[in-house]
Amino acid sequence: MSQLEIRDLWASIDGETILKGVNLVVPKGEVHALMGPNGAGKSTLGKILAGDPEYTVERGEILLDGENILELSPDERARKGLFLAFQYPVEVPGVTIANFLRLALQAKLGREVGVAEFWTKVKKALEILDWDEGYLSRYLNEGFSGGEKKRNEILQLLVLEPTYAVLDETDSGLDIDALKVVARGVNAMRGPNFGALVITHYQRILNYIQPDKVHVMMDGRVVATGGPELALELEAKGYEWLREKVKEGA
Amino acid sequence: MSELDIRQIGEEYRWHFIDEIRPVFKAEKGLTRRVIEAISYHKGEPEWMLKFRLRALEIFQKKPMPTWGPDLSGLDLDNLVYYVKPAEVRDAKSWDEVPEEIRRTYERLGIPEAERKVLAGVGAQYDSEMVYHRVREELERQGVIFVAIEEGMKKYEDLFKEYFAKVVPPEDNKFAALNSAAWSGGSFVYVPPGVKVELPLQAYFRVNTPEFGQFERTLIIVDEGAEVHYIEGCTAPMYSTESLHTGVIEIVVKRGARSRYTTIQNWSTNMYNLVTQRALVYGEAYHEWVDGNLGSKVTMKYPSSYLLEPGARSEILSIAFAKTGQHQDTGGKLILAAPHTSGTIVSKSISKGEGRASYRGLVKVMEGARHAKVNVECDALLIDPESRTDTYPYIEIEEESAHVGHEATVSKINDEQIFYLQSRGLEEDEAAALIVRGFIEPIAKELPLEYAVELNKLIELEMEGSVG
Repeated sequence: MSQLEIRDLWASIDGETILKGVNLVVPKGEVHALMGPNGAGKSTLGKILAGDPEYTVERGEILLDGENILELSPDERARKGLFLAFQYPVEVPGVTIANFLRLALQAKLGREVGVAEFWTKVKKALEILDWDEGYLSRYLNEGFSGGEKKRNEILQLLVLEPTYAVLDETDSGLDIDALKVVARGVNAMRGPNFGALVITHYQRILNYIQPDKVHVMMDGRVVATGGPELALELEAKGYEWLREKVKEGA
Repeated sequence: MSELDIRQIGEEYRWHFIDEIRPVFKAEKGLTRRVIEAISYHKGEPEWMLKFRLRALEIFQKKPMPTWGPDLSGLDLDNLVYYVKPAEVRDAKSWDEVPEEIRRTYERLGIPEAERKVLAGVGAQYDSEMVYHRVREELERQGVIFVAIEEGMKKYEDLFKEYFAKVVPPEDNKFAALNSAAWSGGSFVYVPPGVKVELPLQAYFRVNTPEFGQFERTLIIVDEGAEVHYIEGCTAPMYSTESLHTGVIEIVVKRGARSRYTTIQNWSTNMYNLVTQRALVYGEAYHEWVDGNLGSKVTMKYPSSYLLEPGARSEILSIAFAKTGQHQDTGGKLILAAPHTSGTIVSKSISKGEGRASYRGLVKVMEGARHAKVNVECDALLIDPESRTDTYPYIEIEEESAHVGHEATVSKINDEQIFYLQSRGLEEDEAAALIVRGFIEPIAKELPLEYAVELNKLIELEMEGSVG
């Protein structure tokens, strides 16, 4: 049961149903891609996994290693090892990255984290991301460029070491160098004790993060699942091709 | 301040303990000529001071209560005791000479320990009198004076008379007049030319008697090119009836000098805290006010700097935290009266529950103050839907070449920020407290470390159970 499993998940916001029966499994140790056109519900799925209170879950289950986490608050989910890299990370003025990261790590581990232990971890993460120590004393995301915000999400991923991570369009708006850095961060996490769902609109990031599987979402449901070649096929033929194919199947 | 002490903040208002003290003299209730004469008699002060007090009493009686600000109707001036002499010993130079019960209070507050570690000098006032004053010997040798104001009046009479009530005269406002009539305790500080006092001097004010008025008066003279940092901390036990704290702080910052005055008032929430603080800043000198208002029922306090000669500068940093039942009416005043003077006011307030925080500030650029520059920034954070904030910025500009900037923001704790921080494992309360701490960080980082730590702990405590 070492997997992140979504079963028949239905969810809405302001009375509009966005997810219409999502089924998806990401086993621990694997990296899956979730692709789909704009408005398919990909980002909504990411936020609902993290417990965004803006959305109402109407039906279904989210099972983290077999445990239904739907009733848990966002922080309880995080402490159980779930992580969402935000598409639009939020600015928190006056709170330094260092201070925030240490508090988050302490919350995750449920114990005090000494300065030495903290620095060892953070330095390693900064090296992987080729990032300057100076960022640690900056305020969380305040005045950051889009690329810096995304890099900061991956820094948090590396320091907090979750069991399952959802990356919500971390590649959007990044130039090729920034994209490589982000990919390096995710690849550094790869291993038997880590599973990830990489949400993306484009195939490009998958050149740097090789997915074990590719899922495609349309109109609030997962409509296709395949190997890495599915992403390439989509890139070549477009989402319309798949839409037609799904219709034929139905 | 040890870590253990800081954790005790979890017991709501941690300074709520009442000492079993039998004062050696306690005046009858109300402010009368007889009470003033008794105060003067107990202090054994010169005739001119008694005359000054009686003149101030007349001014006080003539001036109406201010109605332009917070509601003061709960303040019954006739029901207060205006003078309580806690012990025969005054202004001891060693903690051993301080009566044991009083000494224990300051030990609980961590004062002697802080003195040994991080302070250049300590003054301690208990009800109406300073019970302790001491400055490090090397500073004494350099001519630094840090004594109770009564001792300053007697021992350094010429210097004292030159400045006393010149910065804040009794006519200034009703409560300055009240203080001038009933003043007791406070510090007298003189820093000779060129002497730099590296560690802060700290005065600690404690009120123990219920239905009592504390009227400390502090006079600080920073001579040319000298430097000093003075910190004032205040606490009191919580009684069911109202008390009053009305201080007057006068500061003279001479040519090229630098000074900083930090107040952290954490009075119990039955205290009316009505204080006048003013600095005269001369050529190329710099004065900074750091003002933290956390406690009290009502605070009216607008530290002001008068920039009197070219190149004088001043900065006023103010934090206010208003909970249900509290009205913090705070801000600052900058009067620019000479060319090339400049100043900044940064005010951050947090209102929680039905608390109300008001920013009230005056910026005045006088005619002839060419190229004067002022910037005012006031930010308010509202925690709950019923929380309240107001802004009263008064700006008077008589000089065309002046640059005056004013920015005000009001924000609420934002759900997206909470969700983001929660998604990293922080509980909802912790996330809210972190956002509040971030909000005041630009000012908190200017505070001495132990106060910054305490402020953070206080905010965490205040934010518990406040969201969701």
